[in-house]
Amino acid sequence: MDTMRDRFISTASQLLDEEPRLAVVLADISADGFAPARRAHPDRVINVGIREQLLVGAGAGMALTGMRPIVHTFASFLVERPFEQVKLDFGHQGVGGILVSAAGSYDWPAGGFTHMAPGDVALLDTLDGWTVHVPGHPDEAEALLREAVTGDDRVYVRLSLQENRVARPVSGGSGFSVVREGRRGTVIAVGPLLDNVLAATEGLDVTVLYATTVRPFDAVGVRRAAGAAATADVVVVEPYLAGTSSAAAGEALRDLPHRVLGLGVGRAELRRYGQMEDHVTAHGLDPQGLRERITGFLRP
Amino acid sequence: MTNTTTAPAHDRQAAPAPLPSPDFLDLPRLISLMTGAEKHAPAAHSTLDALWVLYNRVLRVTPDTVDEPGRDRFLLSKGHGPMAYYAVLAAHGFFDEGLLPGFGSYDSPLGHHPDRLLVPGAEIGSGSLGHGLPLAVGTVLGLRAQGLTDPRVWVLIGDAELDEGSNHEAIAHAGPAGLDQLHTLVIDNASATHGWPGGIASRFASAGWDAVTVDGRDHEALYEAFTTPHPGRPLAVVARVEPKN
Repeated sequence: MDTMRDRFISTASQLLDEEPRLAVVLADISADGFAPARRAHPDRVINVGIREQLLVGAGAGMALTGMRPIVHTFASFLVERPFEQVKLDFGHQGVGGILVSAAGSYDWPAGGFTHMAPGDVALLDTLDGWTVHVPGHPDEAEALLREAVTGDDRVYVRLSLQENRVARPVSGGSGFSVVREGRRGTVIAVGPLLDNVLAATEGLDVTVLYATTVRPFDAVGVRRAAGAAATADVVVVEPYLAGTSSAAAGEALRDLPHRVLGLGVGRAELRRYGQMEDHVTAHGLDPQGLRERITGFLRP
Repeated sequence: MTNTTTAPAHDRQAAPAPLPSPDFLDLPRLISLMTGAEKHAPAAHSTLDALWVLYNRVLRVTPDTVDEPGRDRFLLSKGHGPMAYYAVLAAHGFFDEGLLPGFGSYDSPLGHHPDRLLVPGAEIGSGSLGHGLPLAVGTVLGLRAQGLTDPRVWVLIGDAELDEGSNHEAIAHAGPAGLDQLHTLVIDNASATHGWPGGIASRFASAGWDAVTVDGRDHEALYEAFTTPHPGRPLAVVARVEPKN
């Protein structure tokens, strides 16, 4: 089975054959994977070297000429290091593009904190107009990427090595999907954390929503899931900084007395190596950790 | 009922009356129309002659072609002190000089740093230093990818702006990539804190650019530098003007 990043490379390489407006801009990361596409389209697959400010600025410059750029590297180097370029070269210039990251929050724990970006989505939340996709499966990553390529807007696609066993139908425009229905509360599982959330909520009388597109936040879907009850309890389980979507969830529920629990990656740096599973557990995002915190939060 | 509400200034983009041939001697009057607490007056005047020569004699872009894919692009990266820029754009009819007195005011499209979504003829919004050259690299790459190898892309930076590392990422890439559509104009008023030992042009030359240094007040020297052939290599023109301090 290929990873989301493998699928991104194969899909984008194919789309380059089909979409003359599409360009891929790289900063050495994944350059080997794109080598065949670069031979086929030397003017539309650009590797600027290990230069992430240029990476983002050059992608935006291509957009200024009417191209549709995909800009790709690890999340730390795509969103955090050149953040002002993301803010100004795309947002302030008023052009669109697709940022595709890899490595996420804890994909390579042996690499340490330098290659982790649990704050990427929270950072993008300080900007206007970014759609954020967090696929939970390579098939979903492919579907969301294909959709993004046809648009003109600003899109962030966050790829991870963590994934769910089964792909689900996804579309950026369709909002959160209902996976399970219940009455004691709503649990929103973002992208690759769905399997763990389903295991954690087994036998609990809760609604589980699956979110692969978290910005815009599906306020209507969340409000609908909260139902006609007089109060609402909502848990958001995200594979990045805990609480990133809590404000959006609160806004969705502003006409109801509500409580929101934001679960995700802890703010404190986890100065440990090991495997991805170790870090998922350490952040309490494994089924047992999730179940304890979800049942502790929900009212009987 | 007729709506008689006056449109904000930036909505009034009616073509200005046909202009007489732009005249360099008219620029001081245009600049004087811009008043207010402008903080970058020396920066503004340092670019005046180079901008004039570019717009008057080099760039192939007019108010009628600002949206043409094949136009030349000028990216003002050093968005500080845009008065000379606004004056040159007004002199060439990109917008009416009647906008100039509103400089920096709430309803004016003309800020103390330019915004491409507000200023007719402005290719980028700038102010934060070090963004224009990477954007210019991308603009060349985007044009090239569409088979548009004729349009030339110019970006103006300051010698102190050259301190920003993002510029060096762009310089280091553009040379080996052979982006000969790319032109960087460095206005050198010796304002970089630590200076550039060995000279600014050497930084570009060592990265595979053609680079020349000229008197930034000498119009003929500027024109000659701007039009120097540089096949297969990007071109940097360092225009020296009087030191800021």
